[in-house]
Amino acid sequence: MSTSRRSVPLLKTLIAQKSQTRAVTYMPRPGDGAPRPVTLIPGDGIGPLVTSAVEQVMEAMHAPVYFEKYDVHGDMKRVPLEVIDSIKKNKVCLKGGLRTPMGGLPTRHENVDIVVIRENTEGEYSGLEHEVVPGVVESLKVITKFCSERIAKYAFEYAYLNNRKKVTAVHKANIMKLADGLFLESCREVATKYPSIKYNEIIVDNCCMQLVSKPEQFDVMVTPNLYGNLVANTAAGIAGGTGVMPGGNVGAEHAVFEQGASAGNVGKEKIVDQKKANPVALLLSSAMMLRHLQFPSFADRLENAVKRVISEGKYRTKDLGGYSTTQEVVDAVITNLD
Amino acid sequence: MATQLLRRRASQILSRANPNPSSPLSLARALSSDSAPIRATLFPGDGIGPEIAESVKQVFKGAEVPIEWEEHYVGDQIDPRTQSFLTWESLESVRRNGVGLKGPMATPIGKGHRSLNLTLRKELNLYANVRPCYSLSGYKTRYDDVNLITIRENTEGEYSGLEHQVVRGVVESLKIITRQASLRVAEYAFHYAKTHGRERVSAIHKANIMQKTDGLFLKCCREVAEKYPEITYKEVVIDNCCMMLVKNPALFDVLVMPNLYGDIISDLCAGLIGGLGLTPSCNIGEGGIALAEAVHGSAPDIAGKNLANPTALLLSAVTMLRHLNLHDKADRIQNAILNTIAEGKYRTADLGGSSTTTDFTRAICDHL
Repeated sequence: MSTSRRSVPLLKTLIAQKSQTRAVTYMPRPGDGAPRPVTLIPGDGIGPLVTSAVEQVMEAMHAPVYFEKYDVHGDMKRVPLEVIDSIKKNKVCLKGGLRTPMGGLPTRHENVDIVVIRENTEGEYSGLEHEVVPGVVESLKVITKFCSERIAKYAFEYAYLNNRKKVTAVHKANIMKLADGLFLESCREVATKYPSIKYNEIIVDNCCMQLVSKPEQFDVMVTPNLYGNLVANTAAGIAGGTGVMPGGNVGAEHAVFEQGASAGNVGKEKIVDQKKANPVALLLSSAMMLRHLQFPSFADRLENAVKRVISEGKYRTKDLGGYSTTQEVVDAVITNLD
Repeated sequence: MATQLLRRRASQILSRANPNPSSPLSLARALSSDSAPIRATLFPGDGIGPEIAESVKQVFKGAEVPIEWEEHYVGDQIDPRTQSFLTWESLESVRRNGVGLKGPMATPIGKGHRSLNLTLRKELNLYANVRPCYSLSGYKTRYDDVNLITIRENTEGEYSGLEHQVVRGVVESLKIITRQASLRVAEYAFHYAKTHGRERVSAIHKANIMQKTDGLFLKCCREVAEKYPEITYKEVVIDNCCMMLVKNPALFDVLVMPNLYGDIISDLCAGLIGGLGLTPSCNIGEGGIALAEAVHGSAPDIAGKNLANPTALLLSAVTMLRHLNLHDKADRIQNAILNTIAEGKYRTADLGGSSTTTDFTRAICDHL
């Protein structure tokens, strides 16, 4: 269903931006303001806590969305049919977090404003593994021209529409010559169609090294599946942590919004019990969702409120160095809505 | 009677330190601390290689390290026995001596031969890449409290080079994990942790998605962990690891990983402390072979100008000394390097100073 994921560590740019002056954002067609249905999956762990935060803020803003809530858990064998039908009907979904079975803001970097666009359907996560003989296991990494082209097109289109200046492709084609080579080829082809956007390539290990020392050189990054996972989490770390990074999974027909980087906190019982989970990431993801639904003014209001709360510093959850509970942060955001 | 004592002492030293007590190299090493110098192969390499290798030789002489260098250079013709520019004699030299130090080598472009690093890795069976990463006091980065070791499986995983085009526009790449290679690198990681007094070993994986491949790697790590109950063993998912490293690197001690993750994480850690120009690295092979190397490039633009920073090669040489159990010499040299950088009076251009290579080297020798 979904093909790409983007994550935007907005925190630093939010703080740097000046407050908005009054502006007309769009000319609606009659009926555009009617409330839109959104599928809501609270999920496991901190999921219900943070989705409830979003519900409260949306209601306080009188945003034109209403939620259809469904119970999905990480240990279910498959997503229930009614949930899939709901997502197909509504085309937009907000997800808290699902526990995969198995098993602040003081940051060190400034001027981080990176968007990671990660291919989400193939690559190393194809799930195709088998044991050749006992003690020898093979895993297939599949790269196709179709998916690589699709994600490259999305990345350049995103950059174009959002006035971003540079797209960087992340790869390891010096070692995986055919697989990542194909990915790069697709990116290069799409790059020729956007001559006003700068395009460069970087090897993934160098990329991580540069991210921790000079992250300001990156703008939009497009990556295959595995590297995208690593790069997104590294970027989240330098921008303040998974508690503040929003993300969206976008497909041709549908979109699912959730925290940008895999929290690893989904299962942390202590945070759930004490109700101290950080709702900022999901709130920012719901702002992305509002933009996707073409309600940019509501999205701006929400983001501004969140930014004010963070920069004030009075209400921060533990991962950002504070002591507040989830509810206290939500109340602060609602108070700051204009 | 004297030979009996000597033999008993040798076996004591061996059993304490070496996982391959039957290796003749380790016997030679253990005994030589008392008498003859240890022979080590030196590949100065290209570009700035010869200058920084000279630096190492001077510092070792100043510290009176009992090492005799056997220098080898990359040839300009392909040796048919090795299919590369590295000669058979050079490889034999490393096999015989058991230790080596390698400077940066620029792989010549062209077909029909193997890359130099690939040749070394395959011929010497170098299965683990060890990179100690610690913040250098005196060279300020955004991270002050880095003190970790990354141990990366170096032979299989995603870098098997097995790719093919299924149909036009669809490519498959194989990632291979074997029990043998995973056990080998896990054994080395725990052994290293024990001999260097480290308390925690973390295995980095993505077994929630790649259940069979990384699952096998983890199984092997768990088996080895049981043999070392005094060392805390943890498993961390790779994306979580990246995030934690970037937020709080002090959380990690020893990291053991398969090939691809190791590549990325070890470079990430190098970035935390200041880049490849300051990072030591050592490759461990079967039979206790250790080949320390500088992982930065050959910097042809500053070659021969006495501007290069020898820190990476020097710290790699220190890692080599630790492998040889010459810990007091290693500590002396390492402290001298750290103090020189911390003092700030003599620094090469890449660290923001204006000293030459020779001045920097002399300052280190003075600090010994």
